Amino acid sequence: MKATTLQHKLWMSGTGLFMCFFLIIHLLGNLQLFLPPERAREQFNWYSHLLAGNIIIEIVAYVLYASIIGHTVYAILITRKNAGANGTKYAYDKRGAASVWYSRNMGLLGTIIFLFLIIHFKDFWYQYKFTNLPLDAKGNKDLYTIVVKAYQQLWYVLVYEVALIALGFHLLHGFFSAARTLGVFHPKYVKWIKILGWIYTLVITLGFMAMPVFVYLNSLS
Amino acid sequence: MKLSLKIWRQDSFDSEGSMISYQLDDVSVNMSFLEMLDLLNETLVQKGERVIEFDHDCREGICGQCGMMINGRAHGPLSNTTTCQLHMRSFKDGDTIYVEPFRATAFPIVRDLKVDRKGFDHIIQAGGFITASTGQPPEANSILISHQVTEAAFDAAACIGCGACVATCKNSSAALFTSAKITHLALLPQGKLEAAGRVISMVDQMDAEGFGHCSNTEACEVECPQEISVLHIARMNYEYNKALVFKT
Repeated sequence: MKATTLQHKLWMSGTGLFMCFFLIIHLLGNLQLFLPPERAREQFNWYSHLLAGNIIIEIVAYVLYASIIGHTVYAILITRKNAGANGTKYAYDKRGAASVWYSRNMGLLGTIIFLFLIIHFKDFWYQYKFTNLPLDAKGNKDLYTIVVKAYQQLWYVLVYEVALIALGFHLLHGFFSAARTLGVFHPKYVKWIKILGWIYTLVITLGFMAMPVFVYLNSLS
Repeated sequence: MKLSLKIWRQDSFDSEGSMISYQLDDVSVNMSFLEMLDLLNETLVQKGERVIEFDHDCREGICGQCGMMINGRAHGPLSNTTTCQLHMRSFKDGDTIYVEPFRATAFPIVRDLKVDRKGFDHIIQAGGFITASTGQPPEANSILISHQVTEAAFDAAACIGCGACVATCKNSSAALFTSAKITHLALLPQGKLEAAGRVISMVDQMDAEGFGHCSNTEACEVECPQEISVLHIARMNYEYNKALVFKT
């Protein structure tokens, strides 16, 4: 057995779905940002500390890093194979009429998300893990202040919104495509997967998009 | 009607090709696209030029030979239609029409609009069959198959191997073609026995021919003259995953 195409897609599907699962936990945790500022600071910092000290979360985090790297590496392998499979370019190409744009541009959307992740990791993950942050009243590292300060800058909020829109379209196709790769073929379940994909995408995307906007608007008043 | 045509001309696999412009007057709206090309070829014969070569056979939409890219779409602007079933009434007087061969590394150009689709044959040879004893034909009703299953298997078997799925795919993937055959045989009791080995061999061959990955854009189903469902691809993935887990 030397099949590469379907196995590569299985890796894409597995790592992608794990990241989909992670996003749910990430969103639920971050809902604490919507609390009144003082409560939010205490809760959010406590929650961050809880995560940082938990061995199970530690394992999940390493699977997550592996998923991000694996998803990226396989995406590159797949893109290279596909580029080799395409012959000479069409002189006149209207093939796009037969499919939706985001399904054809997962690589581009993924690149936007990857660039965003570099900023996201550098500003929050790296700060929390590898720098000495000031402590809050309860003695937890004050990540909340870092987050709020970041979202008080309009350009920063805009970068997030653009990246999250890219994420939304990536999820919309990715979730459904992953189910296909896993072999969900029965029309009944295919219909449910499509509906579930839309609900999942809307909740995750709009949920995350609301956070920077909420903090920014709060900082104005 | 009068038409401007831009058609891909290429002498052989390893020669350079280019888009050449032709002018064609007196095209009837009732002509099929292939008849319009016949008319153009007659004018070329009269001028002593080499005719434009293109594949065609039945001209009634069932053989899958007449594949070409017309105005950037596989088999032209209509969905689920072969090139021979596309008529000039789908175009307007004075239109410029671009005609190119199906392009994929696995479909080398033979000449002009003709491509070599042997890659498909190799995929079928790798596993698109069942093993049966020779001799007297068996009694037709010895294996009972429900109507629903025969219909579903026949829907998959309807693929005519035209290659539009590959041509329209952004990755030149043969997933729809390969999966249609895998589903067709996996659904029927005669094919089930060898399902695991078949899916592995056929997918291996699909990769070896140089076809790309399936990105689930579903463009293939839109262009497929036989309306082969993309859900066959999902079933191929299911059969493949099952084989990965259970095949010894």
